Amino acid sequence: MTNYLIAMATFGAIYAILALGLNVMWGMAGMVNLGIVGFYGFGAYVSALLTVKGHAPIALGFLAAMAGTAAMAALVTLGIMRLRDDYLAIVTLGFAEVVRIIAENEIWLTRGTDGISGIPQPLKSVLGSDFNAVYLVFCLVILAIVLFVLERVRTSPFGRVLRAIREDAQVAAFAGKDVLKFKVKAFALGGALAGLAGALYAHYSSFIVPEIYVPLLTIYIFLALTAGGIGNNWGAVVGAFVVVFILESTRFLKDVIPWVSAEQFAALREFLVGLGLLLVLFFRPRGLMPEPLPRLVER
Amino acid sequence: MGVEVAAPAVPLALPPSPTLPRKGGGSPPPVFEKTLQLALNGLMAGAVLAVPAIGLTMIYAVLRFVNFSVAAHMAVGAFAGYMLNAWLGLPAGIAILGAFICAGAAGIASDHVALRPLRGQSALTLAIASIAVNIMIESTIRFFFGGSPRDYAIPLRRDWHFGFLHVGPQQVENFIIASVAMAFLFLFLAFTMTGKAMRAVADNPMLADSKGIDPDRMARLAVGIGMGLAGIGGMLVGLDTSIDPLVGFRAILSVFAAAVVGGLGSVPGAVVGGLAIGLAEELSLLALPATYKSAVGFLAILAVLTLRPRGLLGARA
Repeated sequence: MTNYLIAMATFGAIYAILALGLNVMWGMAGMVNLGIVGFYGFGAYVSALLTVKGHAPIALGFLAAMAGTAAMAALVTLGIMRLRDDYLAIVTLGFAEVVRIIAENEIWLTRGTDGISGIPQPLKSVLGSDFNAVYLVFCLVILAIVLFVLERVRTSPFGRVLRAIREDAQVAAFAGKDVLKFKVKAFALGGALAGLAGALYAHYSSFIVPEIYVPLLTIYIFLALTAGGIGNNWGAVVGAFVVVFILESTRFLKDVIPWVSAEQFAALREFLVGLGLLLVLFFRPRGLMPEPLPRLVER
Repeated sequence: MGVEVAAPAVPLALPPSPTLPRKGGGSPPPVFEKTLQLALNGLMAGAVLAVPAIGLTMIYAVLRFVNFSVAAHMAVGAFAGYMLNAWLGLPAGIAILGAFICAGAAGIASDHVALRPLRGQSALTLAIASIAVNIMIESTIRFFFGGSPRDYAIPLRRDWHFGFLHVGPQQVENFIIASVAMAFLFLFLAFTMTGKAMRAVADNPMLADSKGIDPDRMARLAVGIGMGLAGIGGMLVGLDTSIDPLVGFRAILSVFAAAVVGGLGSVPGAVVGGLAIGLAEELSLLALPATYKSAVGFLAILAVLTLRPRGLLGARA
């Protein structure tokens, strides 16, 4: 049971970092990203390939995952910066699918649907059975650092400009802000966090396959952020843990309704995720923890 | 770095393709003949693709948001048609009417319950809500029918050969069904009072409202017809391959591409976009493995949005 809780908390921390990355892009800068799972997967593959095939040290894998995903995100932004929200949603969704299709098909690089196994786990040989607990602490420390940095970003002039762009990009441009530069930076920062989360997952589970990176995972993160509070970093973290908790506690429903098959049960859980997202939009569109706005710009 | 990268020599398992292999087919002919063959396949596939793309674009034209649940309604139509065809023994050409009606009814119901209360909020909120609806419908189908693929009860027929070209009878039948569906829609939009009213709402909702056109009724009608067309599209895709709850979702990128390339909100645009994407996807087989087909749609979206953001036939950006 303790092992189970540790595993869940680790997932919570990784999802929280993903939700924070999405919050930078969508919550702060107002650019929706339905392809966050693509960035997450990209980071995981960068770090896994570097450490498994390139025998690079794990720390280098992490850094490369962040830098590589940030660069990728910046590149994507250049293609999509002028798009309206709905186009942005379609294009980013497509981006994640393309990432997954490439991971499935470039077998020479990614081993396709067999996935990459044997991804090194940091200090595994020293820690042995304590690895999971220590890795959880590692994830939580990283999460705390990310949260601290993002709170600074949010209250900094940079964060203020992002909010201005989110509310009205034309006005921000009129005020002399280089909107494109800020958008690229926000996307790169969010991408770096998604890449970081990807590397955290890869070096935790030691095994990745393309089928992990399906759109449903993006929906989990959207649910986490909308439930927690779009624009609020603390909300993103709380939302991520709540989503993992709810997803996992539904596992125990299996004992309550034993007559459904495993497939039906999986379908039922997916249904609940959709329902949850819809209910949040209905009753709590600003989330459990609405975005704190500076008093001067009270709306 | 600097360490040599060991590439795995043997691909152990064939990757599952996002687009299932089409029934029939033949041995690879020379390039010119192959190109013509692919172009023919592309036109057939494009006509099928155009049907759900019209559904998406119609809903967008009247309600002004991208309804992602088109994917799930394609699956609803596919499974409704499956029940009529495989269980009740109706021919596919008639079962497809059931696909239209069921998907249309499901569309009106899901819109009424889940999306209508959110109207007035941003287009993005509605799009995200439609994603939630999509998951709920797809998982409901999965709950009752399971996730494994099923086949329609259609006879396996030999391909027809015209010189070096060959074409499957089912492909032709699908092409005809798609064309008939589109023809009916054009007649409806061009000549009936309701159709004209719907175009008026799409064109200028305020003006239409002041003329006494009930926007709620038009919204219901657009969703009903749009999702019904999605249902037809889902069944046509299924007739060509097989069906499972994700039959629509696998095609959705191509459907979006068709609608966006043609210009979101333009019905003729969706037809042109569908044919263009169908052709592009099939012709891409000359250079790319089949699994990259849906990436072609993505590239087409990016290219069009960069060069001509309102699409080929779109009126407004």
